[in-house]
Amino acid sequence: MSGTVPVALSVNGRKVASEVEPRTLLVTYLREHLGLTGTHVGCDTSQCGACVVHLDGRSVKSCTLLAVQADGHEVTTIEGLGSPENLHPMQIAFNEHHGLQCGFCTPGMIMSAVDFASRHPDPTPLEVREWLEGNICRCTGYHNIVASVEAGARAMAKA
Amino acid sequence: MGLMSKPIRRTEDKRFITGKGRYVDDVKMAGTAVAWALRSPYAHAKILSIDTEAAKAMPGVLDIVVGAELEAEGIGHLASAFPPAMLKNRDGSPRVDGDRALLTVDYVRYVGEPVAFVIAESLNEAKDAAEQIFVDYEELPAAGLIDEALAPGAPQIWPQAPGNIALDWEQGDEAATAAAFAKAAHVTSIDLINNRVVVNSMEPRGALGTYDDVTGQYELYVTSQGSHPVADTIAKRVLKIPPDRLRVITPDVGGGFGLKMSTFAEYPLVLIASKRIGRPVKWMSERTEAFQSDSHGRDLKSRAEMAFDADGKILAYRIETDFNLGAYGLGFGPGIQSAVPMFVVGGVYKVPVLHNHVRAVFTNTVPVEAYRGAGRPEAAYIIERIMDLAARELGLGQDEIRLRNFIRTEEMPFRSYVGAVIDSGDFQRNLHDCLKQADWAGFPARKAQSARRGLLRGRGMSYYIEKTAGGASAVTIAFTDAGRVQVGVSTSAHGQGHETTFAAIVADKLGVPFESVELIQGDSIRSPHGGGTGGSRSLWNSGNGILKAADAVIDKGREVAAALLDTTTDTIVFDEGAFHVHGSNRFLPLLEVAAAARSGAQLPLELVEKLESGLDSAGTHDEKGDTFPNGCHICEVEIDPETGKVAVVSYEVVDDFGFVLNPLIVAGQVHGGVAQGIGQALLENCLYEPGTAQLQTGSFMDYAMPRADDLPHFGFSYNEILCTTNPLGIKGCGEAGTVGAAPAVMNAVLDALWDKGVRTVDMPMTPMRVWETLRPAGG
Amino acid sequence: MYSFDYHKPRSLDEATALLADHPEARLLAGGMTLLPTLKQRLASPSDLIDLSGMPDLVGIQVSDSEIRIGAMTTHAAVAHSPEIAAKLPALAALAEGIGDPQVRHRGTIGGSISNADPAADYPSAVLGLGATVVTDRREIAGDDFFTAMFETALEPGEIVRQVRLPVPLAAGYAKFPNPASRYAVVGAFVARTAGGVRVAITGAAPSVFRLPDMEAALTASFTPAAIAGISVPADDLNSDPHASAEYRAHLIGVMVGRAINFALEH
Repeated sequence: MSGTVPVALSVNGRKVASEVEPRTLLVTYLREHLGLTGTHVGCDTSQCGACVVHLDGRSVKSCTLLAVQADGHEVTTIEGLGSPENLHPMQIAFNEHHGLQCGFCTPGMIMSAVDFASRHPDPTPLEVREWLEGNICRCTGYHNIVASVEAGARAMAKA
Repeated sequence: MGLMSKPIRRTEDKRFITGKGRYVDDVKMAGTAVAWALRSPYAHAKILSIDTEAAKAMPGVLDIVVGAELEAEGIGHLASAFPPAMLKNRDGSPRVDGDRALLTVDYVRYVGEPVAFVIAESLNEAKDAAEQIFVDYEELPAAGLIDEALAPGAPQIWPQAPGNIALDWEQGDEAATAAAFAKAAHVTSIDLINNRVVVNSMEPRGALGTYDDVTGQYELYVTSQGSHPVADTIAKRVLKIPPDRLRVITPDVGGGFGLKMSTFAEYPLVLIASKRIGRPVKWMSERTEAFQSDSHGRDLKSRAEMAFDADGKILAYRIETDFNLGAYGLGFGPGIQSAVPMFVVGGVYKVPVLHNHVRAVFTNTVPVEAYRGAGRPEAAYIIERIMDLAARELGLGQDEIRLRNFIRTEEMPFRSYVGAVIDSGDFQRNLHDCLKQADWAGFPARKAQSARRGLLRGRGMSYYIEKTAGGASAVTIAFTDAGRVQVGVSTSAHGQGHETTFAAIVADKLGVPFESVELIQGDSIRSPHGGGTGGSRSLWNSGNGILKAADAVIDKGREVAAALLDTTTDTIVFDEGAFHVHGSNRFLPLLEVAAAARSGAQLPLELVEKLESGLDSAGTHDEKGDTFPNGCHICEVEIDPETGKVAVVSYEVVDDFGFVLNPLIVAGQVHGGVAQGIGQALLENCLYEPGTAQLQTGSFMDYAMPRADDLPHFGFSYNEILCTTNPLGIKGCGEAGTVGAAPAVMNAVLDALWDKGVRTVDMPMTPMRVWETLRPAGG
Repeated sequence: MYSFDYHKPRSLDEATALLADHPEARLLAGGMTLLPTLKQRLASPSDLIDLSGMPDLVGIQVSDSEIRIGAMTTHAAVAHSPEIAAKLPALAALAEGIGDPQVRHRGTIGGSISNADPAADYPSAVLGLGATVVTDRREIAGDDFFTAMFETALEPGEIVRQVRLPVPLAAGYAKFPNPASRYAVVGAFVARTAGGVRVAITGAAPSVFRLPDMEAALTASFTPAAIAGISVPADDLNSDPHASAEYRAHLIGVMVGRAINFALEH
């Protein structure tokens, strides 16, 4: 049966090309093949959202995508959002409002929040909470995450 | 006091928000092989044979470990953290923990128990091979529920524990309590279930082990709440090697909540496997796997009774509890409902006499160990539910019954009946503040408004107290050539922000730049030895330890400064980060003095020899004195009687954590703790099937984790009633939210349903439960 | 997961040929159900045939009488379509309630109905509206499409191309989600059509079903009060630790009522 298939995609603005087993998940490709370990795996039922990245600008669960499905597309991970010297407004907001504790859900949470904020420049707390249905946090109780996303959305709208 | 008490934003965030955190699964080593555990599908069975021949021949398989081999090699077993003498039956006889080998040899005792450990080039190959391991099981009757295990004729899980009683423990005075009950004007009694929950930190457990056959050194990266307990257990008990042959490193950890305190079988197994194959071996739990291989939390049934006099004052209190220990007594398991909460069983009230009888019951389920609060939420749940019920029966307000029975502020320090010395507290003030904060008085109007929308509104209160953990261990302060101040602690953050909070203490105390402080934690070689993080003890242990170490630094610095400034030590004053010659304008900043002490070039030889390593110092906070964080929770719920869905519409907390070092971080701890309490009260339930002990809730599809839309905004404020028994005046905050929340929510649910005739509610009050509860009551 | 070969055909004919050549192959639509299944090693297809290479399968066409949705159209596209919001807001609301935002960016209507999960949302719309499922070889009436739990009228190798939903006079969807999975414990789709009212229930039974008693009562009077006295027997309903059959039977009445209110308000 299976050998490998070629995949060619853009990750954080950089073109990559590889040969992968078809069953390789996008999250595994990112973490193991490209060494981008900022995207995390927290469950196996596509619910927790620790693996959220952007595919052509839309948030998706990289644990529920094959790498080969991303062939020809653009993937943005947390590493591509901003750097310590040049943080994205949403990243700044999460720090400012203490929207993280252990940090494990955080990359997926931030990527999900950026997608949300790009379409909701002035969100209500309820809108934020409903959007975050696909992101589970065990540490914060979400209170500060909601505050972070609201603030990040407003900062993004200003920028 | 510059940075302490300020809501400083966290230093550690920088790597987490940019995806540069380094969790165990992110640690890469060349040539790492993957491990996968084969787990029992049966809850109770005899293992007749394990055939790994076919599996070993599969592509990519490097080795397969089974228990019989480990026995032959003399590999040690795991054990509970309580030495036998420390926790015994009430008749003095020893308790039973069962015997936990890394991989079981003769019996499996719960679904998920590991039976073989497969090492392969890739995870898929390991799983393929595991499917080819043939285990001949002889299935046995299983008992997963407390009642099933206690029933006559129940399967005996451990022959040395007849009736499946692992521990039969008590505190207090049964006869005196009974005598007090006999004189009671009123007795309230309540039966309560505290349901089993799964910890579910977002990062599952994992371990990466290496063995260097040249040096004979093992190295383990592991998801833990403290490297030393893991290192000690593996080196001394399991591998039986000198402790200096093993280095345990705890990198970034994605949440612990008590789960990651223990040494699980997979951790030493990766080391054993690494030695066998000569390559690093990594094991990372999957989520579904975690449900059947992590330790679980709670799971107990209690009958409590409270005796009151004619004024609603408590005369006596008694509790009978059976708790589910699971198949083995491990970690803090046997102590969670017994020894651990024993000093706060009476809560914040003056309880003249009590009797608490607790039995640990073996069942064919995953072992139950510490989960945030570890015994104190359970104790608070019982007393706050019974006080709520008593208030209703006595016709007293929820505030009134508590105010009548509070240990009063002027009575502090107060020695309770159970022997706790509560040093400080102003329970009345916190309660009154919370009533105001929650607009207690405005509830009837809100209830009417909800009713107009067809919803049942209820409010519930809890006043919790808990006792945080102790244990003395050193803190070290070292100065580097680059002007950095390295603080070594034995505690181990996994979300608590210690890099920020401890740095603030150091910066304030030593006057060094905040950015210069670096925390050395989580490394069993580099960090000072100690018990790790748990029981809300870190700030108490490490924060106060920093003060001690800093004092030692300053003492040494004074001598060095005197030498450098050519004066005597008694003329040197340390202030604002510098050593001043009193009465002059000559001074030297601390870091300069540290650098000079480090090089020694400008100092007399005797002083250099006396110092040994410049200003580097250690300090241990070893003063006796527990901390008793406490506070008031008020919750309002709205229930849709048509569907049974409970919405938490407001949640207000007023806490006493003594001195609040970083209000931002403290609030976050409370939010997270409350969320877990709400989760248990309304959503979470770990279910084993009656009769088969099969795990029914095996993933997030069946186990309802609280999401953002399940939870409200939290209102949090605090009163700083300084702890009198530690220099910082702090009371540990890490678990407090969880201790107070479940009873507040359940009291609110009961309140909402009370007018419909409902008198009994148990966790979790899922929509179906609420609907079923309302049906016979005519709802 | 187990190994498989991967194909991305450019046409339905190519896809059909691949299915014929590889009897153990599975179609990959959004993957939101298939991939978790494969990750759990609950299935081992020899090949995956990815349908995302056929732009013809994506798209929404709305006329006054009918909404046509390509099989590979995502839930997010349906949820955010202004035309659907105007013509059939119940469908937009239904799509918006599927999974979470990330799942909605990938999950498709074709994938959902082909899988026929007893707790999926779309089957209730297809049955509730009397929609037509257009495949690569024929058209199947919504009433005939869902046959049993995870089973449809699709023949081996048959591929859903498009779903055609007639625009009703009014419609509503109300769902009571499982707090853990967020799938429908009970989902009720109510449609008021020229030919009478249709009521389709998902989540409660092994397969989506209609409620003739309620339909008759609502055709006579389209208000929640009209169904007040009609109870649904619990006998053949699903039961699990989270929701008993009796609870589902009760919820059906509640959710139909709420769906009616949605229809009346939109």
